[in-house]
Amino acid sequence: MNYTLRVWRQKNSLDKGRFVDYEVGGVAPEMSILDTLDLLNERLLQKGEEPVAFESDCREGICGACGLFVNGYPHGPQKGTTTCEVRMRLFADGATIVIEPFRAKAFPVVKDLVVDRSSLDRVIAAGGFVSVNTGNAQDANSILVGKDRAAKAMDAAACIGCGACVAACPNAAAMLFAGAKVTQLALLAQGNPERERRALAMRERLDLEGFGNCSNEYECEAACPKKISVSHIARLNWEYLRAAALSEPEKVEVGPG
Amino acid sequence: MRLDAKIPGGPLEGKWDARKAELKLVGPNNKRKFDIIVVGTGLAGASAAASLAELGYNVKVFCIQDSPRRAHSIAAQGGINAAKNYPNDGDSVYRLFYDTIKGGDFRSREANVYRLAQLSRLIIDQCAAQGVPFAREYGGTLANRSFGGVLVSRTFYARGQTGQQLLLGAYQALMRQVGLGRAALYPRREMLDLVVEGGKARGIVARDLVTGKIESHAAHAVLLATGGYGNVFYLSTNGVAGNVTATFRAYKRGALFANPCYTQIHPTCIPVSGEHQAKLTLMSESLRNDGRVWVPKKPGDKRIPLDIPESERDYYLERRYPTYGNLVPRDVASRAAKAACDQGFGVGPTGHSVYLDFSDAARRDGPHALVEKYGNIFEMYENITGESPLQTPMRIYPAVHYTMGGLWVDYDLMTTIPGLFCLGEANFSDHGANRLGASALMQGLADGYFIIPYTIGGYLSGTELPKVNTADSVSFRLAEENARDGVAKLLGVKGRRSPHDFHRRLGRLLWENCGMSRNETGLLGAREKIRGLREEFWQDVAIVGPGEDVNQALERAGRVADYLEFASLMITDALERRESCGGHFREEYQTPEGEARRDDANFAHVAAWEYKGEGAPVVLNKEPLEFSAVHLAQRSYK
Ligand SMILES: Cc1cc2nc3c(=O)[nH]c(=O)nc-3n(C[C@H](O)[C@H](O)[C@H](O)COP(=O)(O)OP(=O)(O)OC[C@H]3O[C@@H](n4cnc5c(N)ncnc54)[C@H](O)[C@@H]3O)c2cc1C
Ligand code: FES
Repeated sequence: MNYTLRVWRQKNSLDKGRFVDYEVGGVAPEMSILDTLDLLNERLLQKGEEPVAFESDCREGICGACGLFVNGYPHGPQKGTTTCEVRMRLFADGATIVIEPFRAKAFPVVKDLVVDRSSLDRVIAAGGFVSVNTGNAQDANSILVGKDRAAKAMDAAACIGCGACVAACPNAAAMLFAGAKVTQLALLAQGNPERERRALAMRERLDLEGFGNCSNEYECEAACPKKISVSHIARLNWEYLRAAALSEPEKVEVGPG
Repeated sequence: MRLDAKIPGGPLEGKWDARKAELKLVGPNNKRKFDIIVVGTGLAGASAAASLAELGYNVKVFCIQDSPRRAHSIAAQGGINAAKNYPNDGDSVYRLFYDTIKGGDFRSREANVYRLAQLSRLIIDQCAAQGVPFAREYGGTLANRSFGGVLVSRTFYARGQTGQQLLLGAYQALMRQVGLGRAALYPRREMLDLVVEGGKARGIVARDLVTGKIESHAAHAVLLATGGYGNVFYLSTNGVAGNVTATFRAYKRGALFANPCYTQIHPTCIPVSGEHQAKLTLMSESLRNDGRVWVPKKPGDKRIPLDIPESERDYYLERRYPTYGNLVPRDVASRAAKAACDQGFGVGPTGHSVYLDFSDAARRDGPHALVEKYGNIFEMYENITGESPLQTPMRIYPAVHYTMGGLWVDYDLMTTIPGLFCLGEANFSDHGANRLGASALMQGLADGYFIIPYTIGGYLSGTELPKVNTADSVSFRLAEENARDGVAKLLGVKGRRSPHDFHRRLGRLLWENCGMSRNETGLLGAREKIRGLREEFWQDVAIVGPGEDVNQALERAGRVADYLEFASLMITDALERRESCGGHFREEYQTPEGEARRDDANFAHVAAWEYKGEGAPVVLNKEPLEFSAVHLAQRSYK
């Protein structure tokens, strides 16, 4: 099969960037879109042209490294998959496929299709954890968690940190990302003691990083490759309000950069 | 070189306690005076970095990906073993130890494996306390399932995403320390050299993958937790950034490389489909709990599986190994699949696959129960192949998955270079010639959470470590120059073939000659061809774009260059080991039934290879393996 890949090329964060069209022939239907970019890059190298920079690692939908806008959708038009899982059989032979980086204020472009998502790490560093040092944990079975509750926590924990929710959101909010972590830990007894502190700190860090606010567009849920539900945003808001109401808001320490 | 594994004396059960008791401690106020570099943020690296920072050390953490959370541990699916005996089915520390050492075909160190089994229980407690959402029973207790090579249920899991959840637990612990300012993150960095000064590891040289800058980082100790080298085979279940670069360059600085030929081929992967595939996808081993492996009894039978009646199917694992059936260890299952296909019984378009059939389990427990256990794995399969395992049997074939070989370490996880430690898949320590399922996650976390925090203190408190300044240290300057020259040399080739192309060809040579089965002629031939490929690489590799920028072709080329050298070491090791054991199957050494034939009289040792400089022959050092608690038996899963 043959395709035209219309790819965003941008030298670095200062460059304005532009689309470039590439014809790629000899593509098999079971190839992924990243396999196709690999093929394009091999051919570019043979011609002495600079290959397209893009990120990936696991190539099976779990590491969250890949993340491209494909035909205007984060991770492509197919629901519940990451970019690396998008197979070429999805596109008609001869089609033009538009490939862009995830775009958001908090995700500056590094080069071509590579963006900087370290802001998400800093949101976790602010409070997305249980403060327990290594060693001397009690026997695991002494903390009972009902099967359904554990399953709900797992649904939320399935987030791969790819940033599709941010890229999909007209406000570039990361509420689904933060909400999923807050929910996971709030549902478990282990996360309870720091519940308020966590909600306040993560919420605050989102603003500091330049993420926008949620205005109930639901685009994030539609784009999430792990189908994480927007109900987690409601949970985040609720946890935040609850925390603010419960505590004379103690000064929240936000970790350095 | 005399290899001293520093295994404590006394009975097996008391060795680790004895070691902990004799290790010197670093005082609480002194810890912050020590800088520790951790390279790698998988389970081993992240757990070590978090735990050391919690103790008060200054930790610097490096990884290739943009975020530490993306290390390849994230992809582990099936689970993690622990001798908790929650199901009350007869498990114990001894049994986990025994299963693991037997699974490794008696080619691992008794004391290490025993300690691993002891620590396994603490790991589950630690992870549960961090909020890892393990699968639970209705009463709220943790759920278990069984994995290959064992007769008890001791595997803990979080759906099909166990590695992800365990890694996120360790990553969150690490990010907490980053937030507190006790650990500093250096993502998008590739370690290119180890710096040895005064005979001790004192830092690394890394390339910033965004700016291309070559940076020096000094420390009092260096930990490598850089994962396995499975993607030397090009096609494997490993992530595309996998490499041997960090450990291989440490090897060139004097660390010994142990058992490089021990490779695990996983029996249940999605078969190869075409030329332009970047990797292969694993289907978790846990599937063998409910799936039955079969091929048609008639060779070349092209009927669709549902049209082949029971009586015309060969459930060959159940037939050949009635006790373990579909749950035989990986090496045994892989070879059996290869044998079936080589004899013409294979199915699918290429004839290189066998069926893994869930219809009995679906009838027994209902499809819902299967979806609950394997939902995301089934989805992944369907997305890739376009077929639903609930409707038609999966087609699977073995693929490279894990490397048991790695840097040689002593009982304290220290390599032969003082101050250089190696953790997780990157070391050689606990899995012998074959790793049992659900034990890599266990080992990575045992190393990082529970071993290194003790043993590093022993090293730091007992060693003279004068201050080094990267700016005026000759060793750092030379290592930086070495790294810069390496980059310049690659950029200078200006050839026409992509690094991928060389990688693919190298992978094929290794898969055919140093893969699931090996023989002397094949190995010797491959060594010659690899030499030729290496020469061609340095004349014709194509890299376009500058070195001072994101340049992924340059990154890949650097890794492939190391693989091209390292592959020769794998082959040398495979040639030298004239026996069959675990994943290393030498065709010359097999029983009449086609099972691996070990040679304990001559090969019950670790082969640790020493680099002697460019062009000089490598030197083999042997660490004899002594067994006191287990009786060396021919492995049988019949
Ligand atoms: C698909 C799959 C499924 C698996 N399932 C299971 C399972 O169910 N149970 C089980 O026990 N095991 C499983 N395994 C094996 C297990 O996941 C791995 O062995 C283990 O996670 C390795 O962890 P690690 O910390 O040693 O290394 P990794 O997680 O591979 O991490 C390596 C780290 O080192 C960094 N790094 C590498 N090279 C450099 C360099 N040169 N410079 C700087 N940084 C570098 C990387 O960026 C990364 O952060 C599975 C493996 C695969 C591939
Ligand atoms: S490459 Fe890992 S999710 Fe796509």
